[in-house]
Amino acid sequence: MSLQVELEHYRDVLIVRLRGELDHHTADVVRFKMEEAILHGNSAHVILSLKDLLFMDSSGLGVILGRYKQLKAKGGKMVVCDVNQSVYRLFELSGLFKILPIHENERLALTSLEVVS
Amino acid sequence: MNGRNEMTLSFSARSENEAFARVAVAAFVSQLDPTMDELNDLKTAISEAVTNAIIHGYDSDPSGMVTIEGVIEGDVVKLTVRDKGRGIEDLELARQPLYTSKPNMERSGMGFTIMENFMDGFDVCSEPGQGTSIAMTKRIESKKALFN
Repeated sequence: MSLQVELEHYRDVLIVRLRGELDHHTADVVRFKMEEAILHGNSAHVILSLKDLLFMDSSGLGVILGRYKQLKAKGGKMVVCDVNQSVYRLFELSGLFKILPIHENERLALTSLEVVS
Repeated sequence: MNGRNEMTLSFSARSENEAFARVAVAAFVSQLDPTMDELNDLKTAISEAVTNAIIHGYDSDPSGMVTIEGVIEGDVVKLTVRDKGRGIEDLELARQPLYTSKPNMERSGMGFTIMENFMDGFDVCSEPGQGTSIAMTKRIESKKALFN
């Protein structure tokens, strides 16, 4: 179980794919891996791809919001894609979907970032 | 299901046990044949309550113990999560959406809001220095829908 974080750099976009369960226990791994990639990679923007995210709670919201702020401070954009219904509900409750654009899949997310950059 | 069914589960206040608590509660409730959505609601709510006990109740000290009591009566499940940790000073403030006492830990402040929204009944009792207990109930509708 647990959580796997897959990072892929594509042009100036960092694609982060989360697989498994994102809770307080696994949030640190996401935080450190993404922090490192945002600070030291050459990517301007981030796509958070959640197709294989099986579970998330408010600890996930915290770590996503943290990376959003980090990226925003650098002038980058963060978008989310492949959000399942339960994760969408958490985004809705917390108001996170007002600041994070949600796209159907990675391709559409990439297209949206190429338009804005 | 007829009659009453109970379980009690105690475990160390370690973050590894958050996933354990979700799986254990899901297995207990599975006898009511919940839908995937109902199961996910329960897992999310229990994850929030257990995470609160570990982070806020015990300040991540693994020597603390978290207890979950589950009761199934008819089509209703009641889950109570208790810790004997530091308790909550200002309950009104803690229940405000987006409020967190630990912003440096990247807490979203959404735990109580999620529990209230995902469950049908929600009640929290806390005594500073004594601990906190969160009681939540949810009616599992799926079986009824099947018979109708």
